[in-house]
Amino acid sequence: MQSAEFLLEVGVEEIPDWMIEPALADLKRRFLEALDGFNLRPGGEPVLEATPRRLVLIAEGVPVRQEDRDETITGPPRRIAFDDKGNPTKAAIGFAQRAGVAVADLQTGEGDRLAITKHVEGRATKDILSEVLPGVVAGIHFPKTMYWTGKAGPRFIRPIRWLLALLGAEVVPFEIGGVPSGNTTQGHRRLSKTSNHVMVSGWKDYEQKLRGNCVILAAQERKGRIESGAAELMATDLFHGWRVRGNARLLQTLAYLTEYPTPILGSFDSSYLSLPEEVLETVMLHHQRYFAVEEENGRLAPAFVAVSNLDGDPEGIVRRGHERVLRARFNDAQFFWRNDQKQKLSERIEKLRGVTFQAKLGTYFEKTERNAGLAAALAAAVSLPAKEAGHARRAAELAKCDLTTELVGEFPELQGVVGGLYARHQGEPEEVADAIYDHYRPAGADDRVPRTKAAQIVALADKLDTLGGFFRLGMIPSGSRDPFALRRAAFGIIRILIEGGHALAIAKLCELAGAGENREPLREFLVDRLRYYLRDVREHSYDEVNAVLSASSDVPLDAAERAQAISKVRPSPDFEPLAVSFKRIKNILEQAGGVDKFASGTVDQGLLEDEAEQQLYAAFAQVKSKVSAHKHNGDYAEALAAIASLRPAVDKFFDDVLVNAKDEKVRRNRLTFLAQLLREFSTIADFAEIVSA
Amino acid sequence: MPTFQETVFQLKSYWAERGCVIQEPLDVEVGAGTMCPETFLRVLGPNPYRVAYVQPSRRPADGRYGENPNRLYKHMQLQVILKPSPDDIIEQYMQSLERIGIDLRKHDFKLEEDNWEAPTLGAWGIGWQVMLDGLEISQFTYFQQCGGIELDVVPVELTYGLERLVAFLQNVDSVFDIQWNETWTYRDVRFQDEQQYSVYNFEKADVVAVWKEFGLHEGEAKRLLAEFESLEEGPEKRRFPLLPAYDQVLKCSHLFNILDARGAISVSERVAVIQRVRTLAVGVAGAWMTQNQPSEVPA
Repeated sequence: MQSAEFLLEVGVEEIPDWMIEPALADLKRRFLEALDGFNLRPGGEPVLEATPRRLVLIAEGVPVRQEDRDETITGPPRRIAFDDKGNPTKAAIGFAQRAGVAVADLQTGEGDRLAITKHVEGRATKDILSEVLPGVVAGIHFPKTMYWTGKAGPRFIRPIRWLLALLGAEVVPFEIGGVPSGNTTQGHRRLSKTSNHVMVSGWKDYEQKLRGNCVILAAQERKGRIESGAAELMATDLFHGWRVRGNARLLQTLAYLTEYPTPILGSFDSSYLSLPEEVLETVMLHHQRYFAVEEENGRLAPAFVAVSNLDGDPEGIVRRGHERVLRARFNDAQFFWRNDQKQKLSERIEKLRGVTFQAKLGTYFEKTERNAGLAAALAAAVSLPAKEAGHARRAAELAKCDLTTELVGEFPELQGVVGGLYARHQGEPEEVADAIYDHYRPAGADDRVPRTKAAQIVALADKLDTLGGFFRLGMIPSGSRDPFALRRAAFGIIRILIEGGHALAIAKLCELAGAGENREPLREFLVDRLRYYLRDVREHSYDEVNAVLSASSDVPLDAAERAQAISKVRPSPDFEPLAVSFKRIKNILEQAGGVDKFASGTVDQGLLEDEAEQQLYAAFAQVKSKVSAHKHNGDYAEALAAIASLRPAVDKFFDDVLVNAKDEKVRRNRLTFLAQLLREFSTIADFAEIVSA
Repeated sequence: MPTFQETVFQLKSYWAERGCVIQEPLDVEVGAGTMCPETFLRVLGPNPYRVAYVQPSRRPADGRYGENPNRLYKHMQLQVILKPSPDDIIEQYMQSLERIGIDLRKHDFKLEEDNWEAPTLGAWGIGWQVMLDGLEISQFTYFQQCGGIELDVVPVELTYGLERLVAFLQNVDSVFDIQWNETWTYRDVRFQDEQQYSVYNFEKADVVAVWKEFGLHEGEAKRLLAEFESLEEGPEKRRFPLLPAYDQVLKCSHLFNILDARGAISVSERVAVIQRVRTLAVGVAGAWMTQNQPSEVPA
């Protein structure tokens, strides 16, 4: 079958950088699905590319036609279709008519039914694409869309301004929102050699013509150009030893904010270096999208790299512009810093009465009081030494005060950090300053947890109060909606407990949180985050996580240790077979009325008749004391290994002993024994949850 | 080097050449050019419109007594509305920058996502902030909703921050150093304005009196809206003073901003007061639609 290359470019007004890659993935999925619906498949994986102004898909080896095929239509049974004399009835005539053939051509197919096989010619792919492309393109998912030709028109991330669609050399005709497809593209908004549309004949030609008109199509190449350009700027004698502080996220953003990126080196007055690095870096990275530059010793240098959407800056016009903007930003920050020092953090506590936390949960003043109380309770619960507990409490009292500073007003993303910096500057103990600085951490899965115990307690208290408050109000996240980032707060708690080594129980936290009637949902919410942590961060398999949490989910630190022990012991040859046996025990007990029914009874050794039974009982007693010693030492892996050593005895028991003995007393005794064995050895993990390979 | 006023002249004539009515500023205090009836009410309904005007926009809380080089209580916005938005609007906007002497082949021009929302107006749109060599010089918005009403004919709103733009053109670090014309600077023209209004908004405004004023204007707007509502379709209804009612809404909005700057609005009140203003704004928008779209009599 003849095949051709398909090239699609959707010309759009500037798409938000962070939406581009997901949109491309969705475009590909929708394109392949649409073709698949017509039994068409390209020769290989389609190539995806994009700039802020274009989403591009290239598929090679797209068949230019569908395969011809034979289609069999089945009709009425022959006995109904023909009368006794063999003449066609109405049924036969009607079927022939619908199928578009003469009665004489009807055949007999399966089950003595009439059938007709027709040769169906494959359709031209171009025609199919014309039909499906409007839906494929306009249906691309974006987090927020707009309409521009009226409410009845298409919805897209920004207006679609041109469409390029070529199958081989031919235009695939279609239209979206009044824009017809064609064989032309557009270059860079200002660097392009022509303001006219540029005609293209295929992928190669398209890529070259774009390059000729100052558009680098591949994001990977744009990233490379930014990185190598920045490195070149550093390579001059003047900046010997300086290097660009790399930032993958910023690089990605800039690659999708530009069609022809060129880095530019700018500088700022070194007097601004007296401002904290956190402030300088926030301004450069987040507000201005500049790379920071550092000296050989790792400290910030008075320079930055901006990435322009231009081919160069020979006259230094762009550099001076960016320098001027940065200067104004730094001036602001300096002004705010100085102004903020007029009032100490400790003098700002009262001001928190004027800052709302949440309408029904009151002001930050009230939250601060609750946080401080929680910090004290948590410090006691983990037996924090008095001095550290004092630091935690002081930090909790001051932690929110930076919300009233001008610097945080200007740079809200620096809340906490600014408080920490001010606390240090104003002579609070280092530990207090660090605890304030870190108390919003961890901000996400990649962020670190607070560094000191005191800081961990403050962070726990803040998150716990937030969770307790929102749960009390019934504002519990559901589905993907979580406007108050409660999942992140709960996840932060789990991480701090585990990574900070705090053996606190979730039940205890829920008791302190003040979730009112929703204490149980809060507990489940935290357990759910624990489950997520064990699976996605610690990468335990789901059955191990189920086994661990089914045994007990109350102390996250303990659960994490048990999960680790299982992962360690699991490869040993006795482990999974034993898990199978435990599952068998559990099933037997459940059929007999449940584990609870028997676990509390006493085993009468005199009723243990079989040898295998007696042996298992002896092994049980022996292993039990070993396991409890290991558990006592916190060595779950050894404890599990000891349990696994029961396997031969368990196997022999099931080979030789019939649990459901005729004698009711004997039967009951056996069930009691098994229930106790199961109960005793299920505190580390519920083996019945283990799925063997 | 173009002066402040020369830049304004150039931009106005640029948009006049593209069919815009060149309006004069609204004579009621507003926080943004969007709040003027020339935008807020004109974008409603199906009728095309093109307008450009410089609107002095007052944001009491942003005042800094004229002491901060970049922050102003009152700044000048050039507001352009094109309804419906032309297909080549970005190109047209870029050419307006070229008209005032910015060679875009030599400047770093980027459109960065920035969706606009004004809760007190029940309005939002999709768009960008326009970045020139790292400086935000304009807001570019395709309106989707205004006064709580979805817009079927989509207008584009271009808002030029004139002080920033001209400080950029004149390469000065403080807006007060801008040459307004050949003789006078921005400081000469506006410094006392900044200083005295900062003193008033932060220190002197009589909270009780301003609250009272707020109540009076709110009452007047409500009264008018209720009366409009009660009228049967007819000449009375078609000439009913909705524009004066809208003035009352703008007054409320501005008075709210003064109270806010004065620190007189408690946290619990804040959301509720914004909601009160929004109710009025949405009420006027709805009434305006009724007044300007005579209901069709079923055949």
